[in-house]
Amino acid sequence: MKGYKKYYGQKLFWYFLTLIFAVILNFILPRLMPGNPVSALASKAVSGMTDSTAIQKVINDYATRFGINEPMYKQFFMWLGNALRGDFGVSFSQYPRPVSDIIAKAVWWTVCLQLPAIIVGWILGNILGAIAAYIKGVFDKAILPIFLFIGNVPAFGMATVLLFLFAIKLRIAPSSGGYGYDLIPSASWTFIKSIISHYQLPFWSIVLITIGGQAIGMRSMSIYELNADYVKYSRFLGIKDRKIVGYVFRNAMLPQITGLALSLGTMMGGALVAEMVFSYPGLGMTLLTAVNGQDYPLLSACTLIITIMVLVANLAVELLYGVIDPRVKANQMD
Amino acid sequence: MKNTLKQVFHSGKFLFGFCIFVVIIATCIIYPIFVTADPLQMIGQGNFFKPGTYVSIEESTLSKSYTLQLPKEFSKLEAVLDIDTRSEIQQFLIKQAGIAESEIDVTDAEALVEQWKANYDPDTKYKGLTTAKRKALKRLNNEINAALKDSGVIIAEKDEEGALAQSKVIKDTDYVNINDVTKKTFILGTDNFGRDVLTELIAATKSSLKIGLLAGTIATAIGLILGLLAGYMGGLADNIIIFITNLFTVIPSFVILILISYSVGDNARGIAMVGIIIGVTSWPWTTRSVRSQVISLRNRDHVNLSKLSGHSMFRIIFTDILPYIASYVVMAFILQISSGILAEAQLSMIGLGPATTKTATLGLMMQWAMTYSAHLNGSWWAYFPVVILIALISFSLNLMNTGLDQVFNPQLRD
Repeated sequence: MKGYKKYYGQKLFWYFLTLIFAVILNFILPRLMPGNPVSALASKAVSGMTDSTAIQKVINDYATRFGINEPMYKQFFMWLGNALRGDFGVSFSQYPRPVSDIIAKAVWWTVCLQLPAIIVGWILGNILGAIAAYIKGVFDKAILPIFLFIGNVPAFGMATVLLFLFAIKLRIAPSSGGYGYDLIPSASWTFIKSIISHYQLPFWSIVLITIGGQAIGMRSMSIYELNADYVKYSRFLGIKDRKIVGYVFRNAMLPQITGLALSLGTMMGGALVAEMVFSYPGLGMTLLTAVNGQDYPLLSACTLIITIMVLVANLAVELLYGVIDPRVKANQMD
Repeated sequence: MKNTLKQVFHSGKFLFGFCIFVVIIATCIIYPIFVTADPLQMIGQGNFFKPGTYVSIEESTLSKSYTLQLPKEFSKLEAVLDIDTRSEIQQFLIKQAGIAESEIDVTDAEALVEQWKANYDPDTKYKGLTTAKRKALKRLNNEINAALKDSGVIIAEKDEEGALAQSKVIKDTDYVNINDVTKKTFILGTDNFGRDVLTELIAATKSSLKIGLLAGTIATAIGLILGLLAGYMGGLADNIIIFITNLFTVIPSFVILILISYSVGDNARGIAMVGIIIGVTSWPWTTRSVRSQVISLRNRDHVNLSKLSGHSMFRIIFTDILPYIASYVVMAFILQISSGILAEAQLSMIGLGPATTKTATLGLMMQWAMTYSAHLNGSWWAYFPVVILIALISFSLNLMNTGLDQVFNPQLRD
């Protein structure tokens, strides 16, 4: 147990460090933009004003309010202090809604959509890949190329395909939004039913994409393991096939888990764009409105929350990995 | 070298992927030779014209006509009898004429009209109907009568006083030879700006490939250099590089991509800039894998021998290490190209793609199609070809990659 403490302590420290770095990046990068956003905002406010002293006053007011006259590090700590209290400022495009309010609404849609979709896709993909490696023959030759192709369709592409088929042609699923546009969010049965029916298309488009990618990886890992010496030796000893296969897939699983951790960020990026196709009220849509509305407080809060989500998911996967992989356990025993 | 290439081209997967990719590139080169029109020319005045051949109506009416006895696809009767009208006729037949519902087939227009003619009399005053309804039925009757006549269409021109004078009658058996009139075929229709989708698509593929190539080259170069340095030198350099690499693997590159693209500003974001931005954000995993490969090579005998012979670091890297990881670097490069093209598409869909109206990219085409809700109004030709092309490019590149992997890692072979 003592060894685990060290392993988890290291991991936590490392992720904390990454978080700090990500926060710094998130602060600095948008401020490198030519023509800083605050002066752009101020010039929008003074357009039409003719009195030069009044203009000067407004600009000064904006400058002190956003603290752009302070040195960079002071600005950073001011921003960080506010961010820690959950205050990301006021949205430009949806004035006077606070950014934290918009984000808090959107983030649950994204979490509830992407987390189950990626997990389901990952599990199904691994099962499929393992079966393809074990059975080979027709299954491998016919189904795998299809999934190889599907895995290469971008998530937003799959979203448009599903949308066209099921919402436009067959009309069995709603085409956009998170719930019926004529409903008010409540705990009623019709509302829940509407949410579930709107959930289907975005969910399955993410699942299908994930299956494709994971199946390919799992298949080659399993083939690799099936040819390993310990498998041949076990067969030679007369151990039952079923038992061997259990070990093989457990071993092949491990790199898949690391792979999941590494590709989570990419997957989420793709899934966010797929959300946009369905106008799902999650972070993808928020990101789009932020970019289109030149809403830089909202954009920066969006990217920060996405980063934190990916970091937390990554950390969870790595902590889980510590429990599953016997080698980590063995390392900690020493 | 020659043997390796031979082996590579014997791999079915690689060959298949390579063929698709070559076909795509060849189309990008050959098509513009034959179709020299500007891919961004706005031909159509309006959004999303359906795929097909468009014929000048004016020229068709004026050019020499031929009489052909052909069944028509466009039936005037069908045009008059839309779904609402049919149900109205059905209502009338049931309520006023007393015909059983089972005897009425609303899908058969001619039978329906026959029943209508047999039962409807314009001079009878039907009971139980409002005056407006009676008048509507009378109008419907006139419309049906007009549709049943083979009168054709009359072309009239205004004379000097502004009165209409008949200049030509077009019978419903008149045809025109399509070669006599101006026509334009849009194989994939037009997009929201009225641009020819096929021509635009090919130009877009070309620029997307450029972006992918640029991003891939930059990412692979950075990844290779950092990986070689970290792996070969070890020590402090390794620690620093692997620290930075780990940071950027965990922070999603998608986020950094958005942040950098946003901070660069709209004015500076051209095709090349987007390629560079994608390149400098996607090197980390190449660095990681190159580093681990180099570490496993570092203590091989031939490297140690070189070291003992006093060869310089660069010489050792170039002659003793690079050749061993070359196949690996090529595979990484291929994957980087495909992920670069995808990254451009996703970036453009958020609205942070190349801010240019001079060229088209696959992502920009997708973005405009979505902005004008092509996906909701059923204009599949504006975005399906783009999706399929992106999928085909990355499918072919990934196939090539898998093929190479199987050649260089014999354990993966089936």
